[in-house]
Amino acid sequence: MNAKTVKISIVGFGYVGAGVAEVIKRKREDIARRYGLHITIVGIADLNGIFIDQDGLNEAELMKLRTGEKKWERPDDMTTRDFIRDVEHDVMVETTPTNVVTGEPGLTHIITALESGKHVVTSNKGPLALEYSRLMDLAARQSKELKFEATVGGAMPIISLVKENLAGNGVLSIQGILNGTCNYILTRMAEGELPYEHVLKEAQELGYAEADPSKDVEGIDTAVKLVILANSVFGMNATYKDVDVVGITNITSDALQLAEDAGYVIKLIGEVTREGCLKVRPRLVPKDDPLNVSGTLNVATIKTDLAGDITVIGKGAGPVEAASAIIADLISIYT
Amino acid sequence: MKIAMDIELKDIPGQLVLALKPVSEFGGNILSVLHQRDKKTPAGRIPVELVIELEERRLEGLVEKLTECGVKVVRTGKERLRDSMVVLLIGHIVHSDLRETIDSIDSTGFAEVVGLSLSMPGVEKESSASVTLSAIGKKELNEALNILQRTASKKGIMIISPI
Repeated sequence: MNAKTVKISIVGFGYVGAGVAEVIKRKREDIARRYGLHITIVGIADLNGIFIDQDGLNEAELMKLRTGEKKWERPDDMTTRDFIRDVEHDVMVETTPTNVVTGEPGLTHIITALESGKHVVTSNKGPLALEYSRLMDLAARQSKELKFEATVGGAMPIISLVKENLAGNGVLSIQGILNGTCNYILTRMAEGELPYEHVLKEAQELGYAEADPSKDVEGIDTAVKLVILANSVFGMNATYKDVDVVGITNITSDALQLAEDAGYVIKLIGEVTREGCLKVRPRLVPKDDPLNVSGTLNVATIKTDLAGDITVIGKGAGPVEAASAIIADLISIYT
Repeated sequence: MKIAMDIELKDIPGQLVLALKPVSEFGGNILSVLHQRDKKTPAGRIPVELVIELEERRLEGLVEKLTECGVKVVRTGKERLRDSMVVLLIGHIVHSDLRETIDSIDSTGFAEVVGLSLSMPGVEKESSASVTLSAIGKKELNEALNILQRTASKKGIMIISPI
């Protein structure tokens, strides 16, 4: 079978962007054989610089940028916007860091890509949480795809699961654990009977929590993901401000013990219902409920009118996990 | 009203049917029957636990009828509060007038606080508590939860409710 060449750019060459490049290198032949798609990275753009090669950049060389063995360059003082607009390619993979206040620079990148005739696949939550309708309308007008499975649940499929595999079902609600940092902390506090501050420090040492963990532990990350689900699955026009958010910073190890005595665990649950409820709060989850998953795992239970309750569990974070969702979106544009 | 009854049957065929028939004659519905033939009493009778739905005023008549049929009624208990829920609280629970918090539920007439477990780690520290709410039905239970949430929110107490 003759493979179709798909030229992609990666905008934002951090943790996730480099993960995408590495996975493409690993899976290139397999994807060509199974789906007839030959994926080529024709350019990468980052705050640090830009590399372009219409014949395809060498991923192993690109990895050296991360270790410092290879130095960044910037041809002709090109800006990222110029790069997205002027470099010929089919799909922009946008993996710059999320900004939940302005959505930038991702928002501008996505608009520029769509306006200049590229499909977009992204893991960047900010733009989708702040300007969902505007971006989807633009994509529709341009007859281009805007895909964002990697923004919610990492490797765990949820958006495509609901929209494609559960098509025809009326979705009544989605409840889930969407933040691995909080799940790790609450699981560890319960199993070790340890106080919050101690476990947070441990999580930071292990790389499960950031130096400034507030976006995770205050429930902001879960709320942003919930907004994306509310908009894409329920067609609400919601923003972060519409979510009732309480994080895990006040959970005590006594509370976890009391919950255990009564047959429950405490998890930070994001809940969105058809009626418009948008809540992120610590909740009591029965020990034997499918939502009771431990460590850094994510989980979501989707209540439907035909299929009943569907629960999906998977790894919510990590560069290869996010890349898995990005590759799936990429392949789905062409199959 | 939901009523739990412990009865004892003679160990001869047809006794269970004999005991259950009067329930519908008195306008009741059988909700559950626990009949364990291998657990005989010292007197050789078979214990049965029934839970029935019956108007309270008809209970006396039913007990009389059962006794006439040779069924021994050991105990009857009213279960007015049918639905319950565990809720966790975190905050300065006792020092923010715990009595008033409990009363806000108990005074409704359709719900009560039926259990409380308190953990107080230190003088200035926040306490954690597990509260069991019971109400006459699911709708009333949710209303009781809403009341508790409003009361707690005013006092700066965090509520963790079940999914």
